[in-house]
This record gives sequence, C-alpha cells and structure tokens, in this order.
Amino acid sequence: MKIKIVVGTALLGLILFHQVSAQQPVPSTHKNGTSYPSRFGFGRLATTAEIALWDIDVRPDGKGLPAGQGDVLKGKVIYTSKCMACHGNNDTDLSKIKLPAPVLVSDTLAKSRPKAIGNYWPYATTLFDYIRRTMPYNQPGSLTDNEVYSITAYLLYANKIIKQNQLLNAKTLPGIVMPAKKLFIMDDRKGGPEVR
Amino acid sequence: MKAQKKDKQVIKSNKISRRTLLGGMVAAAVLPVNSIFAKHVQTGPHIAPEPPEDPTKTIGPGPSAQGKRSTFEHPVRKFSETSSRSPLQDFHSTITPSDLHYERHHAGVPAIDPQKYELLIHGMVERPMKFTLAELKRFPAVSRICFLECAGNFRGGKEELTPQEILGLTSQSEWTGVMLSTLFREVGADPKALWFLAEGSDAAVMTRSVPVKKAWDDAMIVYAQNGEAIRPEQGYPVRLLLPGWEGNMNIKWLRRIELSDEPYMTREETSKYTYPVKDRIRMFSFEMDARSIITFPSYPQKIMPGWVEIRGIAWSGRGKIEKVEVSTDAGKTWQDARLQDPVLSKAHTYFRHLWQWDGSPTEILSRAVDETGYVQPTLRQLAEARGTAMGGYHMNPITSWQIKTDGSTLFKPE
Repeated sequence: MKIKIVVGTALLGLILFHQVSAQQPVPSTHKNGTSYPSRFGFGRLATTAEIALWDIDVRPDGKGLPAGQGDVLKGKVIYTSKCMACHGNNDTDLSKIKLPAPVLVSDTLAKSRPKAIGNYWPYATTLFDYIRRTMPYNQPGSLTDNEVYSITAYLLYANKIIKQNQLLNAKTLPGIVMPAKKLFIMDDRKGGPEVR
Repeated sequence: MKAQKKDKQVIKSNKISRRTLLGGMVAAAVLPVNSIFAKHVQTGPHIAPEPPEDPTKTIGPGPSAQGKRSTFEHPVRKFSETSSRSPLQDFHSTITPSDLHYERHHAGVPAIDPQKYELLIHGMVERPMKFTLAELKRFPAVSRICFLECAGNFRGGKEELTPQEILGLTSQSEWTGVMLSTLFREVGADPKALWFLAEGSDAAVMTRSVPVKKAWDDAMIVYAQNGEAIRPEQGYPVRLLLPGWEGNMNIKWLRRIELSDEPYMTREETSKYTYPVKDRIRMFSFEMDARSIITFPSYPQKIMPGWVEIRGIAWSGRGKIEKVEVSTDAGKTWQDARLQDPVLSKAHTYFRHLWQWDGSPTEILSRAVDETGYVQPTLRQLAEARGTAMGGYHMNPITSWQIKTDGSTLFKPE
C-alpha cells in the first residue's frame, strides 16, 4: 500500500514535471548531464503591494504613468526652486558658466548644440521616468507625481516641443512626438570583420 | 613622493609609541597615548617598520587576520567625482584585484543590508517572485571570468597619458552567482517576453532594458567577486552580469527585474550611451568590440636598448581573442604576439612580444583580432564608418606609443 502511494506520487510528479518543463524555453538537462528540476522552490511569491512599491518605470506607450497632472507654469516655479541651482536658468546664456549638471534646454535642430532634450531625447516619457526616480539630486525621489508632470511640462515647453497651455497627464504625455526620435536607429553593427 | 613621506611619519609615531610603552609609563598615561596612536594606525596607509638590513637575522611578524600589500607597492585607482580607473600598467596578468576594479556610478555607492536584501522578478512571468540573498545562494552556482568595460572607455588628447588614464575603465574579475536563465525558469518567464528591465537600488535607481535572449544566453546574477562577496562599489550584495556588454547595463545593487514585450527607453539608453553615426544616433549598442592596449612599455616608463618584452591586454565582447598583432615600426609590419593561456571568451587576454630595441626612435602598436574575424580598427577607419562627430562611446581604436631615443615612452594622440 505504502509502496503504491510512493510510486503513484512519483509518477504524478513525473507527469507534472514533464508538463511544466514542456512549457519552458530551455531544456531541463544541464550540460553535464545532471537534470535540473523545472523549479527549485526557492524564493516566495511577491505580493501586489510589494510590486507596486518598486514598479515605478514608465514605458513610451505610457504604461506605468500614474494618475495626476501638471502644467508649464507650475513646472517653472518648481524648476526654479528645485532644479535651477544645478541645471541653470534656461532664460539666460550660460555658455560660459560651468554648471554642476547638464544643460536641459536646446533647440530642436539635430545638428545644434548643446545636446539636450529638444534635439537629443527621443521619448517624452523618459523625462517623467527619470525625474521621478532620481531627482532632485540632493533629495532623490522626493517629488510628487503632479510635480513631476509639471516639471516635465515646463522642460518640454522650454525646449519648444509643447505649447504653454498644454496639460500633461497619463493620456497626453505618451502622445508627444519628440523631434529627435527620427534620428535614433537600433545598433546596426553585426559582428564579424566589418567595422561599423 | 607624498605617499612615501606619509609612510615615514607613521613609522615614526609607531617607534615613539613602542618606546613609550617599553619605558614603563603608568597605566593612566599609557591609555591616552595608545588611543592617539590607534588613530594613526587607522588613518595611516602602512604601519610596518622599516625592513632590516638582513631579513634572515630578524623574526618577522606572525600570521594575521587579513593580508596586506607589501609596503613597497602602492597601486591605486585614479578617481574623479563620477568614476575611478584601474591602474592597468601595474597589472602582470588579467585578474584585477577587487579593490582596484574600476568604478562608474551615478549617485554614489549605496549601503545595503544583506539581511534585508531582496530581488524582485515580475512582469511577463507566471509567478512574480522575491528572492533573498540566502535564497539566491541556494540555486546552482556558476563562476565565470570576464571583463567589464565602460562604454565611454577611451581618452586621448595629449602625450603624457598612462594606460590607466587612456583605458582604465575596464577590469576583470571571477564572478560567481546564479544563471539568470535559472531564475527565469523559476518564475516561469513568458516566452513572449522580449526585454527585461534591470533596476538598481542606488539613489539613481539605475535602469537599463536588456533583450531577454541575453538571459537565455549567458547573463548572471552575481554575488561574489574573486571568491568573496562583491565589493560595495561593484554592487554589493548583488549585481547583474552581462558578459561582453557595455558596463552600464550590468546593473549594480540590483533590486528588480521586470519582463516586458518592449524596451523602456530609459534615460541611460537614449540620451546617454548612444552616439552619432553619420546623420543618425545609434542606440542599444551592447557588445564591446575587440580592442587592445600595450601596458608595457607605456608612459611614463623608460626602456633601455636590448631585449624588451612588450606586454598588454586584449579583449572582445563578442567572444575569444583570436590573435594580437604587434608592430614595432609604426605600423609598417606586424607580428603575432604570444597569448597567455587560457584564452577565455569575453575576457581580458594577456599578450607578450619579445622585441630587440636598437635605440632608434619608433612607435609600437597592438591590434586585437577576435574569433568573429573582427580586426581592431584605426581611428581613421572608425571615423570613415561613423563620421567625424562620433562622440565618446564604443571607441576602440588602435593606440600607439612613441619610443624616444632616450627610451622614454609617450602616448601618441590622434
């Protein structure tokens, strides 16, 4: 009786093992011949709350953008108090001053300098993602979502990409086409003898 | 010079303290003197006494908890606010001592409690999961020797440059951890997932998008470097390792991986780590193309006429180094250098070439050839392929050293 159960369990295990492993994109036998289980059973399921706490990324299609909104005028006020000390006042010529952080405003022509948001950033969503995750430098991650929308709006406006009255939110931000997007190509090196 | 002066000062205070103790001062007085001395020990770089005339006539210090470098050796990284460079000219083989591994980080080195550490893998998976450090260590482990290199690793512009200054943003370690494919099987990665986002837990919350195929190929989640826990500057307690791919993608202090059907277009893969190629901007340029550098002789070293063993390192992010050619006549003729076994894929490979210098001025160069048939290009070839405004990423030109009549060596800027 006992043996039957053990054999039965083993068979069931084998069947389950094969069903699971059939779905895996890699073989479950290691190079040296030892067979890997389809799962080791280490680790634990992550809760929805745990994922939400860390899942702060934003994709170009808008996936990950939070609720809330911002505008250019609010953004300019926040920029002045929280960003300008490092990134400079975008209204005056700072070409001769060495700033602690990159200049953020350029025109939209590909060959113009400096390389900044207007002529070198291919996606507007990247602004939101980056500012929210790591700015301001001395207080990383301290801005509210609305503040991030507003700073993003101000920077897009200062780079002549949106109008002063445009509101930014999860719906409008992914729709903004950046002037530099058309310049970007995927890696076209192919390996092999050719120098590219 | 400054370092030597410092050493002597420390030695001096060592002697004074010892004499004080031997002099039999009262306990109350010994205590403060000792604590003053302790301060010196902690801040001073070397405390060993000056070596005796004849070491065979003096018993040396006994075993200790932790080894130290010889007090005569001072290899150091050269650092700025954002990075530090490995002293390539001080290395005799290919493993970089962990404390001399190059650094590049974007918001400092975070302090992370290994007891609280967890890696989250979620997104296009059957089971979103969290793994503690102890759990990651339970999985079958793998060790691999490979190089890391910053995509911006090349500096020129003047003659007085050392290998460290020109190309010091590359280092090599033996890394140990779990294959990312093992973890992807554990969480049930969706076959439709094409990319994954890797995210660090530094204040930059650094993110890069990586093609999932790299996970099924050779990507690793590593917790050890040269046999011990990873250094804080290298991502303690856990980093992503993508052999052969640009350093920035090898996310340190890794806390999260999200599988996705498209890339995230993060700041580091769009406005940074991209470069002009003619009238376009190339992005997602992952593999580090083959390159090499002669580390001896190099600036500011001097050679003497007669036999000189030219030495250096070569590497390719696309596989093994097939051969390294060395020229001692400014590129007119090339000879195959000897490669030090074992030649590993995506790893620094040490090369050596015996040369008899006749004392006349010349230029010495090296060029790497990898197993894909790629020959390290000249700067001119790179400019022809990419245009002259090619920027500073993925620049791997042949570099040249000038040998002057007096044996001094200078970099040749182009």
